[in-house]
Amino acid sequence: MNGDTKTEPSVQVSFNLNGEIRAVRSDPRSRLSQVLREEFHLVGTKVGCDAGDCGACTVLVNGQPVCSCLTAVGQLGGAKIETIEGLRKTSPTFDRLQKSFLRHGAAQCGICTPGMLISSVSLLEENPSPGETQVLDALGGVLCRCTGYRKIVRAVLEANHPSPEPAADFATGPVGQRVARLDGQRKVLGQDIFGADEWPEDSLQLRAVRSPHHRAEFTFGDLEAYRQAHPGVDGIFTARDVPGKNCFGVIAQFSDQPVFAEREARFLGEAVAAVVGDPAVLAALDLGQFPVTWKPLAAFTQPEEALKPGASAVHRSRPGNILVGGRVVRGDVDDALRTADVSVEAEYETGFIEHAYIEPEAGFARRVGDRIEVQACTQAPYNDLKGIAAILGIPESSVRIIPTAVGGGFGSKLDLSLQPFLAVAAWHLRKPVRMVYSRPESIRSTTKRHPSKIFCRAGATADGKLVAMDFIADFNTGAYASWGPTVAARVPIHASGPYKMPHFRAVTRAIHTYMLPAGAFRGFGVPQGTIAQEQLYDSLAQKIGMDKLEFRCLNALDDRSPTVTGQIIGGGVGIRACFLALRPRWQEAHQEAAAFNAAGPNSLRRGVGVAGMWYGCGNTSLPNPSTMRIGLKRDGRIALHQGAVDIGQGSATVVTQICAEALGAPLETFDLLSGDTDITPDCGKTSASRQTFVSGKAAFLAGEKLKKNILQLAGGCDCAKIQFLDGSLIVEDAGKKKSLDLRHLPLDERGYVVSAEATFDPATSPLNGDGQGVPYAVYGFGAHLAELEVDTELGTIKVLKITAAHDVGRAINPTLVEGQIEGGAAQGLGMALMEEFFPGKGENLHDYLIPTIGDMPPVESILIEDPSPAGPFGAKGVGEQALIPTAPAILNALYDAVGVRIRKLPATPDKVRAAILAKAAGGSGNSDA
Amino acid sequence: MYFRPNSLRDALNILADTRATILAGGTDVFPSLGDRPLSGPVLDISGLSEIRGIQSTAENVVFGARTTWSEVLRAPLPRGFDGLKAAAREVGSVQIQNAATIAGNLCNASPAADGVAALLALDAELVLSSRSASRTIRLSEFILGNRKTARRPDELLTSIRIPRRVEDAISVFLKLGARRYLVISIVMVAANLVVDSAGKIREALISVGSCSPAALRLAELERALAGQTARPGLRRVVNPHHLARLSPIDDVRATAEYRRDAARTLVERALEACAQKGFAA
Repeated sequence: MNGDTKTEPSVQVSFNLNGEIRAVRSDPRSRLSQVLREEFHLVGTKVGCDAGDCGACTVLVNGQPVCSCLTAVGQLGGAKIETIEGLRKTSPTFDRLQKSFLRHGAAQCGICTPGMLISSVSLLEENPSPGETQVLDALGGVLCRCTGYRKIVRAVLEANHPSPEPAADFATGPVGQRVARLDGQRKVLGQDIFGADEWPEDSLQLRAVRSPHHRAEFTFGDLEAYRQAHPGVDGIFTARDVPGKNCFGVIAQFSDQPVFAEREARFLGEAVAAVVGDPAVLAALDLGQFPVTWKPLAAFTQPEEALKPGASAVHRSRPGNILVGGRVVRGDVDDALRTADVSVEAEYETGFIEHAYIEPEAGFARRVGDRIEVQACTQAPYNDLKGIAAILGIPESSVRIIPTAVGGGFGSKLDLSLQPFLAVAAWHLRKPVRMVYSRPESIRSTTKRHPSKIFCRAGATADGKLVAMDFIADFNTGAYASWGPTVAARVPIHASGPYKMPHFRAVTRAIHTYMLPAGAFRGFGVPQGTIAQEQLYDSLAQKIGMDKLEFRCLNALDDRSPTVTGQIIGGGVGIRACFLALRPRWQEAHQEAAAFNAAGPNSLRRGVGVAGMWYGCGNTSLPNPSTMRIGLKRDGRIALHQGAVDIGQGSATVVTQICAEALGAPLETFDLLSGDTDITPDCGKTSASRQTFVSGKAAFLAGEKLKKNILQLAGGCDCAKIQFLDGSLIVEDAGKKKSLDLRHLPLDERGYVVSAEATFDPATSPLNGDGQGVPYAVYGFGAHLAELEVDTELGTIKVLKITAAHDVGRAINPTLVEGQIEGGAAQGLGMALMEEFFPGKGENLHDYLIPTIGDMPPVESILIEDPSPAGPFGAKGVGEQALIPTAPAILNALYDAVGVRIRKLPATPDKVRAAILAKAAGGSGNSDA
Repeated sequence: MYFRPNSLRDALNILADTRATILAGGTDVFPSLGDRPLSGPVLDISGLSEIRGIQSTAENVVFGARTTWSEVLRAPLPRGFDGLKAAAREVGSVQIQNAATIAGNLCNASPAADGVAALLALDAELVLSSRSASRTIRLSEFILGNRKTARRPDELLTSIRIPRRVEDAISVFLKLGARRYLVISIVMVAANLVVDSAGKIREALISVGSCSPAALRLAELERALAGQTARPGLRRVVNPHHLARLSPIDDVRATAEYRRDAARTLVERALEACAQKGFAA
């Protein structure tokens, strides 16, 4: 080196961090995001991808938003860095924004919220009154998977210009009010604790060794020699180190997934070993050198290959590779289709779809005596508890699951992911062990939406009455069962759609392949089925020559008609009301599209489409209880042990609103306890749109019971009113007021002055061999209307508007319901237009595309309230409902615009263009003809 | 080892001695690591103020290599740079545009780099400097293929020169992706038409990205356009053999066949948009 030049490495970096000069100890090559989180413990900066694809890690550097995951701290000597922790203290713009986000419901899970807020601060400081386009441009770099973005846009537009707040209606209780989410404050301040945000100081780090092949035999070299050769590595764990059963699964009788594969890995990304040690050592470790030898084996990835005679069995216990089948039969389908005036048939196909929550899986485990504690993001704490107990071979009472805030789940965080690795390692090492999945690792190894191949036929009378449907669906369930049985069982029940259908046959199979396990994803297969069914009905209406909305109105299910399982729901069947609510916009939109098409350039064509849906809330024909505990404290406050995990959808708020209404107490008196399994009873899984309905009902019952117990204690009649004061109560009974001092009363066995616990389990019945029976106590209904514009020369689609009518029974919190609808519509739009995951390629968020803020059109929600007799205050679930009709409505609108059907999703520009060209060339272009 | 020199001379010495990884905006360096930390010697050039900013000389508009896309967007530039600004707006997101540099986009040499197509259509010339020498090279000769460039390990790309003869061109950039923001191009097209006062095309510079290992100029089309008048209907000049040298591939974003088809549509639209702009001016 030349002596006269300054080529000595400079490692002394200090910068102004949130107003204080701080010296950096970390390696200057470190990502700023990592240094902020690990060295400065500023965990409000989130990490979603480490590649600049999601924007969750956005911070201000010298006033400009940048991705802190793409910035080396060495570059920042002398720079001014502002994170959410600083802005929330000093920035008036931030303060207005966070309040606006909270008011508008712009934060759901909250993981993207810091990035959204910081990008918005930068925008508003430059332009205090931006228009919508400027907001979109400014926030285009931050992905959100929950909200569908529209409430974020509105929150930013109105931050400096708040519209007057509608006065809360104090005449009624909390139910039906647009209450800001109760966990919202900490989300908009960046203070919520997600899976990666907390860890014991002395935690070891865990990394997994994963199969690089779809299927491979493997053998380990000398693991002990490897460990010794790598100082700082404390332990290496493989299948033989699993103390209990090396097997887990979400459905007990189908459990088949090993913590670590034994001898053979069955999918690309399956874990075979874990390496644990000093975090710095682990971070630098090249796992490519780990002593494992792979022998790739022939692997099929498609169900057709798995079904071929002689195909190897993915599991020896399941020859033929069929995990399970589902079946619903009613009437005589073949005869009815033969004699139907009009019939149509088609095949449809969908691929793997990634949940793409912005929070990759993360958590830690520690051994406390002979107990294990696992703190991680999860949708199902008690399922995790049972799974971990079996894996460690310890009693369930020796396992504690502490769920963190969940940065999006959508079904995938129902399954165990990293918890078993952490539990096994912490159990052996007796030290806390933490792990955060990288984005590629999360995409590669966690469950996906089931790919589907569906063949269906449907017939109707000449005047438009549906008479028969035949539906055959094969689902690629991957290497392990996960929720495959649920998908196979749920889809045939829903395959008719929310219509009267006298003759029906639906047969499904979940088929094993050497692919990553397909599991639960918002709708358990029903979205795939609906994409087929709602497009097919559109074709049927087309062939009959009937208005497509009127066709649906004519056939809509009602309270008194049997479903395809023979169930007469009896009340709360609001599907026809949903279709009717869309009618005005349907007519206008068609007129507007026709006018545009008549006047506009040939290369742009507009169209309008509609699709309906129904969805049974809760488990299919299985017990599905939730238990809620509630107690009155000596300070006059109410403790609600609320175990329904809020993954952003708002269950903590909704459940509390229901409970408060039942108890007759204001929301402000409630203190929420989390789903920690040591303190809160089992509320079941956050899945199947069941929390508002099932846990909400349990909360309702618990609230009523507590009220009764309080009145018993205070000596009031059932109709008395209770006022909750600081350390006392006032009971008002027939004009007489009685005060009760709580501060010195004895406590019950649960530690409260008075307490109550209530369990609700919806009434269902088992299905017979033909799938007949009562699979669900409550159904939600909905219909979406999509308007779009097709660039016929490029095949690109711009969705212009979605109008969504949903029968939610009772909207406990309309803002949160709208949030579910808008977020579901965004995922449906992604499914229709851009999302497909190919295992082995594109395990990141720039190859796997989800909608950005610029892709989501305005969504107009129309809430129908046809109360369910079973739900709390008539409420039904809405979480999954919202996603289901969007994709088929968009595909139907595409047909309306350009006369082509895309039956193999997603409708990417190349497929749409090819279909348009084929049609123009005189081919079918997948048209209905 | 982490080097953050303040002078170009120091930087070139370090590079000559260490062959360090060059770190500018970081927006390509970090994503390429996956979940691994950045290792080995790093030459952070973010302290080099000499190679930042935009200047005009008698012959060229010169962009310092470290100029970020946000700086391109904010700079007052003649209309021939409208396409470059449109491309700047399409680079990732605001976060990326604030960090990513022009030189990084060129040196990363992705077939889908938004900046490459735009700069090719400006006939960009690059200055590469090393401890011992400096050389200039045309952008079209600099990018050799997918992620391959003519930069030698001891060389730093220090500036990008655009000949002023194109600074008043009518300039359009069109990008096609499967979503609105943060998207890797399926196809992109840059068109710059240098016209005389009567609207006659003196020189046409048309490039297509994402349809070959490196973005390409369409020389045959450029020749066909020369001498034509930039007015609506200009798209009719395009014929399929003008795009024959494109060699698109099938990938997760689109089929090759689609790319070829879309490239032609975008080229036609870019020309039509140029004609419209010329008409309006």
